[in-house]
Amino acid sequence: MLAHLEKYFRTERLPHIWCPGCANGIIVKSLVEAIDKAGLDQDKTVIVSGIGCSSRAPGYLNFNTLHTTHGRAIAFATGVKLANPELNVIVVTGDGDGTSIGGNHLIHGARRNIDLTVLLFNNSIYGMTGGQYSPMSPQGAKATTSPYGNIERPFDICNLVTASGASYVARGNSYHTSQLTNLIYQGLQNKGFSFIEAISTCPVYFGRKNKLGRPADMLKMQKEFCISKEAAEKMSAEEKAGKVITGVLHYAELPEYTEQYQKIVDKCQRR
Amino acid sequence: MSMNAVKEQLEPVVVNLAWCKGCGICYSLCPTKVLSSNELGKSIVSEPNKCTRCKICENHCPDYAITVMGVKK
Ligand SMILES: Cc1ncc(C[n+]2csc(CCOP(=O)(O)OP(=O)(O)O)c2C)c(N)n1
Ligand code: SF4
Ligand code: SF4
Ligand code: SF4
Repeated sequence: MLAHLEKYFRTERLPHIWCPGCANGIIVKSLVEAIDKAGLDQDKTVIVSGIGCSSRAPGYLNFNTLHTTHGRAIAFATGVKLANPELNVIVVTGDGDGTSIGGNHLIHGARRNIDLTVLLFNNSIYGMTGGQYSPMSPQGAKATTSPYGNIERPFDICNLVTASGASYVARGNSYHTSQLTNLIYQGLQNKGFSFIEAISTCPVYFGRKNKLGRPADMLKMQKEFCISKEAAEKMSAEEKAGKVITGVLHYAELPEYTEQYQKIVDKCQRR
Repeated sequence: MSMNAVKEQLEPVVVNLAWCKGCGICYSLCPTKVLSSNELGKSIVSEPNKCTRCKICENHCPDYAITVMGVKK
């Protein structure tokens, strides 16, 4: 990690602002390892985020970074990519930022299959603003805005993004770190809209409200409730009850947006 | 054995206490109880000779405060 730290982090800004035991730092480490594995040029890589605890990540990363407005990271990233298609554009977002206020940008980015890699930190809550429930909080979960338990059903965001037209969709978690690194790496390789849901933790709000124990207990829970797609295929419906499936959930070769756009430009210029 | 190799044997894991927030993840997850907590809840290396260099601690420290020495990344 030391070598990566000096190369990819703005180390003078560390330690980061995240609370003790918040898994965001673990996920950022996987992101950096995936970028290293893919060999991306730091000067040709842009990391864009919205607003939230998770969206603070680019501030610590030694790339071209853009901290935008709440929910709008994909909109800004779309502009960056269309203006300079040769750049690698990565979006960091949260479950609130990406699926609530930014939900429309997410589905339309996926529908266009624009070449972005979107990493969504899912901690099941709005951490930054004090623990309100999000569209991805589980039914029954306690939050400051659902003191008696959440009556809403959460999105299966991977299904939603798949149905919206993305070419690569995967889910990982902050316990199985090498799997997560690999899933992000594959997303970076895909030329099209790549979406990775990374299950994170918010020990301070989600954890305390729902009595989930210490940060380490929350990580151990992920180890228990997450099963790989390959393992799930061999399990009965009963065994799979209550489990969350991880791995590459969807892949399809589809036309990429900036390439399609360039074809129109070329055609018009030939006239 | 080179000096570095000797040092790595004695000190397989290094904790950066300035960055450690005392979350407890590393010493709760370490399978061989190499790590424990000091009076502030921060991580200390109490049984270095039990370290298997599995890197579970380094991989799960959210604050990049732990380095396991002498293993290729
Ligand atoms: C337009 C606008 N509305 C509301 C807010 C307040 N706000 C800041 S962060 C946030 C939610 C963030 O939740 P999530 O994306 O899940 O990130 P987390 O903090 O949990 O990582 C909200 C509602 C804002 N900054 N801007
Ligand atoms: S409030 Fe929650 S999500 Fe935000 S830094 Fe703290 S633990 Fe992490
Ligand atoms: S996991 Fe990291 S921050 Fe947490 S106690 Fe261990 S060294 Fe400190
Ligand atoms: S490398 Fe493994 S055995 Fe050694 S301190 Fe870390 S978790 Fe414990």
